[in-house]
Amino acid sequence: MGWQKKVLRVDLTAGTCTAEPLNMEWADRYLGQRGLATKYFVEEVDPRVDPLSPENKLIFATGPLTGTPASTGARYSVITKGALTGAIACSNSGGYFGAELKFAGWDMIIFEGRAEQPVYLLVIDDEARLLPAGELWGKGTWETEKALHERHQEPQLRISSIGRAGENLVRYACVVNDLHRAAGRSGVGAVMGSKNLKAIAVHGTKGTQVADPERFFQVVGEKKRILAENAVTGQGLPTYGTQVLMNIINELGALPTRNARDVQFESADKVSGEAMHEPRGSEGKPNLVRNQACFGCTIACGRIARIDKQHYTVINKPEYWGASGGLEYENAWSMGPDCGVDDLDAMTYANFICNEHGIDPISFGATLAAAMELYEIGAITDEQTGGLPLRFGSAEALTTMVEAVANGEGFGKDLGLGSKLLCEKYGHPDLSMSVKGQEFPAYDPRGIQGMGLTYATSNRGACHLRSYTVSSEVLGIPEKTDPHTTEGKPALVKAFQDVTAAVDSSGLCLFSTFAWSLEDIQPQIDAACEGDWSLDKLMEMGERIWNLERRFNLAAGIDGSQDRLPKRLVSEPAPTGPAKGMVNRLDEMLPEYYSLRGWTPEGVPTPETLERLEL
Amino acid sequence: MKHSVTLKLYASLMEHLPAHAQGHAVTLEVEEGTTPVQLLEGMGVPMAQVHLVLVNGYFVPPSQRHRPLTAGDVLAVWPAVAGG
Repeated sequence: MGWQKKVLRVDLTAGTCTAEPLNMEWADRYLGQRGLATKYFVEEVDPRVDPLSPENKLIFATGPLTGTPASTGARYSVITKGALTGAIACSNSGGYFGAELKFAGWDMIIFEGRAEQPVYLLVIDDEARLLPAGELWGKGTWETEKALHERHQEPQLRISSIGRAGENLVRYACVVNDLHRAAGRSGVGAVMGSKNLKAIAVHGTKGTQVADPERFFQVVGEKKRILAENAVTGQGLPTYGTQVLMNIINELGALPTRNARDVQFESADKVSGEAMHEPRGSEGKPNLVRNQACFGCTIACGRIARIDKQHYTVINKPEYWGASGGLEYENAWSMGPDCGVDDLDAMTYANFICNEHGIDPISFGATLAAAMELYEIGAITDEQTGGLPLRFGSAEALTTMVEAVANGEGFGKDLGLGSKLLCEKYGHPDLSMSVKGQEFPAYDPRGIQGMGLTYATSNRGACHLRSYTVSSEVLGIPEKTDPHTTEGKPALVKAFQDVTAAVDSSGLCLFSTFAWSLEDIQPQIDAACEGDWSLDKLMEMGERIWNLERRFNLAAGIDGSQDRLPKRLVSEPAPTGPAKGMVNRLDEMLPEYYSLRGWTPEGVPTPETLERLEL
Repeated sequence: MKHSVTLKLYASLMEHLPAHAQGHAVTLEVEEGTTPVQLLEGMGVPMAQVHLVLVNGYFVPPSQRHRPLTAGDVLAVWPAVAGG
């Protein structure tokens, strides 16, 4: 158990919903969520498919611990071929939607084809129906939630939807659930939009079951105590959220600033987690209202924030005066330092729009930063921007352009391409701070060497959540390594990648690993699920998942030649700070990484590796 | 002999900054030979809450927090925090 052992297959072309038994042979080898859904995906989808064509599929998948009493068991993932990257995409979200899907009796939903007209999927326990969504098309995720609650009169209905960005096929559109949690990266929302699928609304009454309830509750209780007593998960994250990193990473000289031209931002403290606590001059209240937990989470790192009513962004827009999902570190960085912007409320407004209209704020901010550099060197002019100066530091550019992207208007259409296509279009491909088409997040690999290898080898394009070596290189979790050395980093990155793939397949949140090791997670999985879930099995499974994703990318035409970093990071030394004079030394790490992976010097898994992993 | 160093305290440790601090930072005149531990204890910072210690942006492990600061050093300190 742990699993509901049931898959919902939705053929959007035919308009049918069909229940299937979960493939338990695969579940025994891939567990759930990221691993198991990727297995389904690669078995069913031609890797060369156009991500926005009906032949692409879109899977919403839970893990065996999703919806159980295990702390942080809120997670679900959206798996597809990414619209931004053309690579395997797996975007992970919290909130309450994943648990509700599980309560309705489903482990995953597989969408295939394309609806002729906009539809949404309604799931109430065993009953699943496609319903017309014409009236919802054009609405944001917030209005969509409200309208579906009013229509179905079910307060427990949990909704995952796209906003205008997904409808407009913005390459980095995301899927938003519970108003401000998101399967954020790689453009999974654009794939959903291409299928004319507006939303999934689900309510379940079945609960979840585990294989050994007595052992499960005992071990879950023990592990919750670890989270509560750990200073990071018990105090640091609930109080300051991820945004506390802003000053740390700036002090380290690893905060990509103004499209990574700089590595330190002179106003970092103005847009930090601490700044969100400070009362604002105009009304004496801080930006941060409170923290918030996802389903079953005892950490509660989420930020709920409010924009000052007198701020220019909302002074005539009372609909944005309420408290909603606030800035986390990555989006605060992308829409703050990376654009040179230091207006916390303007950034919060842009974040609200990203949530409302389903935009990945990391890729949006980083794409705007690239556009600002293109503007400053004259490659983009007022002719393209409609007269709006896209200068670094302009909060007005940020808040105007986020709306333009959502609505697919004016220069927003170009920004909606993502930085890679944008910079190619305007003749400066090297100014895109991306790998495999996806913009890298808030850690400059010149000052944190392991993150360079992390970005270069991430199967979904540049990403911090595939191997968060910042944990070791900066924070000393589980043990401290030197951020400036490349020695030992290939093994560190591989270990983080494999463990993360296992955690992402369980239904638990990666943030639990600031306190838990895989040794803490393993007994929870083992008690919840049938079969023998040893530590060795989970580690091998993580490695198997990584290679499965890699093989899909290779077949899609994304080979080792794309395990590269933006030229700036390997050729322009960091101008200030502790990493001054350094570039990322990817070439020192990549060959050893390939070797540790059991791949050829070209980055292809050898037959022996595939045989060992039973692939 | 005294020299000046800059102390930066973040997150929950900010409450130990003196009133005249500018944001997170305060410049202090300290005796030569003063170590990070001595400086922090002198400011009333509970060492049990001290987790991440950087001097001029470089990590200082617990075993080296008794080494003297030099003139112009920037000591930045956080409690146990994380993100991502």
